Amino acid sequence: MLSYLAERVFQSVLVLLVITAVGFVLFRYVGDPVLNMVGQDTSEKEIAQIRQDLGLNDPIIVQYGRYLRRAISGQFGKSFRHGRPVLDLFEERLPATVELSGVSTLLGLALAIPMGVFTGIRPNHPVSQFLLSFSLIGVSLPPFLIGILLILMFSVVLPWLPSFGRGTVTHLGGWTTGLLTMDGWRHIVLPSITLGLFQLTLIMRLVRSEMMEVLRTDYIKFARARGIATRAIYFGHALRNTMIPVVTITGLQLGGVLAFAIITETVFQWPGMGLLFLQALSVADLPVMSGYLLVVGVIFVSINLTVDLLYLVIDPRLRDGVRGK
Amino acid sequence: MNVKWLRFVQMWVVGALLLGGAAIADAATFRWANTGDAVSMDPYNVNESFTFGFTGNIYDGLVTRGKDLKIGPALAVSWKTLDPNTWEFKLRKGVKFHEGQDFTSADVVFSYNRALSEGSDIKANFVSIASVEAKDPLTVIIKTKQPNPILLADISFWWILSKDWCEKNGANGVADVRKAAVNYATIHANGTGAFILESREADVKTVLKRNPNWWGWKAGVGKSNVDEVVFTPIKQDGTRVAALLSGSVDMLYEVPIQDLDRIKQAGGKVFQIAETRTVFLGMDQFRDELIDSNIKGKNPLKDRRVRLALYKAIDEDLIVKQIMKGAAVSASSFVVKEMAGFDPKFKRLGYNPEEAKKLLTAAGYPNGFEVGFDCPNDRYVNDAQICQAVTSMWAKIGVQAKLNAQTKSLHFGKIGRLETSIYMLGWAPGTIDGQNALDNLLVTRTDGSGYGRFNYGRYSNPKMDSVVALARGELDAKKRTKLLQEALDMAHADVGSIPLHYQQVIWTSAKNVDLGQRADNIFCWYWVNVK
Repeated sequence: MLSYLAERVFQSVLVLLVITAVGFVLFRYVGDPVLNMVGQDTSEKEIAQIRQDLGLNDPIIVQYGRYLRRAISGQFGKSFRHGRPVLDLFEERLPATVELSGVSTLLGLALAIPMGVFTGIRPNHPVSQFLLSFSLIGVSLPPFLIGILLILMFSVVLPWLPSFGRGTVTHLGGWTTGLLTMDGWRHIVLPSITLGLFQLTLIMRLVRSEMMEVLRTDYIKFARARGIATRAIYFGHALRNTMIPVVTITGLQLGGVLAFAIITETVFQWPGMGLLFLQALSVADLPVMSGYLLVVGVIFVSINLTVDLLYLVIDPRLRDGVRGK
Repeated sequence: MNVKWLRFVQMWVVGALLLGGAAIADAATFRWANTGDAVSMDPYNVNESFTFGFTGNIYDGLVTRGKDLKIGPALAVSWKTLDPNTWEFKLRKGVKFHEGQDFTSADVVFSYNRALSEGSDIKANFVSIASVEAKDPLTVIIKTKQPNPILLADISFWWILSKDWCEKNGANGVADVRKAAVNYATIHANGTGAFILESREADVKTVLKRNPNWWGWKAGVGKSNVDEVVFTPIKQDGTRVAALLSGSVDMLYEVPIQDLDRIKQAGGKVFQIAETRTVFLGMDQFRDELIDSNIKGKNPLKDRRVRLALYKAIDEDLIVKQIMKGAAVSASSFVVKEMAGFDPKFKRLGYNPEEAKKLLTAAGYPNGFEVGFDCPNDRYVNDAQICQAVTSMWAKIGVQAKLNAQTKSLHFGKIGRLETSIYMLGWAPGTIDGQNALDNLLVTRTDGSGYGRFNYGRYSNPKMDSVVALARGELDAKKRTKLLQEALDMAHADVGSIPLHYQQVIWTSAKNVDLGQRADNIFCWYWVNVK
């Protein structure tokens, strides 16, 4: 058991190392950060000096080593663009991303489960047909396009909702939230739909197929034979059994939400981590870019690690297999 | 339990009040958006026009430019030259900084020293100045090293900071953002200008309030009914335009030119003016063999006939019409009419591919040649498309340009190392003066002197150099203009480079907004009126 754990952790660390190394090398090709920092009248001597001071003249392996040493001690360096510690920037931007991902996930779940149940129970109902074909949009359209279409529809053609930003934000200690004001809620509607649509579709289809599967099983037939109310069968017995894969997938999708958040945040100028990353990319702000990659990498890897370990707890067969080794 | 409920109710009430408050303030609020944000609130951090323009609404300089870019008094009410190297500036009386400090000559001297301190990116504007001294609290003496006819232009983006404020807040020096440093002045500001910085979240939102005591309201420099300015950078073109169409912002630039019609249809206003920025192509006229051509042993671009052929093969009118959608003016030189050195006689050479072909044949390249062609793809309006069009126009006369269009930092890195044969570059002189274009782009590149630093093709005409040198010290405006015209004409005759067009400054706003537009793309909020 312990050795299995150690092995998994070791693998995760390896994955993180590879991610950061690849990112570090790739980022060298987005351009010269110094040229993005200086004006057109800055002398060449000064430019050379800045490059030297930032350590950009060192071989890439030396730079990477330095970066890793600092990262291990929790320092991501300072942003070239803002001149402030990268961690501070992340702290400022994290609430926006967490709020957006949270709301969109909850929204997705709240709509997807009833929709999935309905389409599972009544596969031939016109509403089911509509929901299923409609959900194709969620799977096939990229979030970028969905966002733009939503903006066009609900802020330009029908001027109901704001097209960008977070709106009124309340400061609560170190956290900022837009969920305490009506204005904040109005701002989060379109981005969260954009971000949540894919998940909504995925979970709806998952619930539907699981539901159809479960309804065919013997114990449901017995339950029916026993005369238990249909409602209780659907929601008490069937739905509960479909929840296990739904929870797993939702958890795993958190990583995906984070990744798609970059696009959604850019489209809606949502001041979160994704937008910060994209802004950093356009001026070759290396510390922010590497920091973001590392943070996202850690989140991805820890989710996967947790899921792996949870399986071990849940499924005795796996446990035995590990022990046998 | 009760306490919890109370808290909850309280929260909503506070929220509702906040909302209500926002709605009331909206009445005189001006909201606008741009692609990016100012780099810093410290006007000495970076030599970049957007940052200069932004901070110019909070700070003032000794002089200011009007809508026609003419220089007029600001914190200095008048000036005169005591001798060719000594300028005396009389300062405005009774001006106060936003936090209440009196503005005096000590602030000017302090700001000068601060601008020269380590970490400042605006040192280049002061190379001609020998010293800045306070004669009395309201008089400043500026001494130059040589007579400098464009001293006022050189200091037209030099904003004055408060000595007391900087000392109190530990912002005596300039934090070098380029080395990832910040200080108080990077996110706070205390100027004498028309607007007071209220809150600042870089890349997210900046809010400013009107300064009712600004001297410029009384002096007639600015006229505006705006009480509050809210600035949001919006990176995505589509989102930015949608924000205007939906009424979430009142004004924006940069505007994607393909959306202009859409904005006009929706009742928006479009402001257009020829920018001081010239987009042009430079050519390597130095190497004996080009680094990326199939012609070995000689450099075809050294031959004037070849350069002329390349020039005449470009149908600039078509580029302006099709690619720029009319949002550009074809260029004959490097100066628009607001700039010293402009000459109405300058004419662009006509498009004539047959003649171009003949010129190539005469130069010994009847079948053309291959050559590398470097372009940015995210710096100037539709830059990559322009280069593609030029490539196909050149193909018609047999010149096979190998187009390399890439992101700006890679592009400028490559051409900065002179690893290029033909390259695209755009230039907007910070001084709004032909001298600047000549000094940077056209005179012979000499290491160390700074002259010709952006003359990446290393075009060189010693005769022209000497004319430009004369202009540098000529204090008589008329004579000086003549010299600049003469120099620009010589470069034109040599086909030292191929000017393409002057980009247009395009701003758009909601129909209830009035504003003043400057050709150098500097946005002064004190000319904005919201009806």
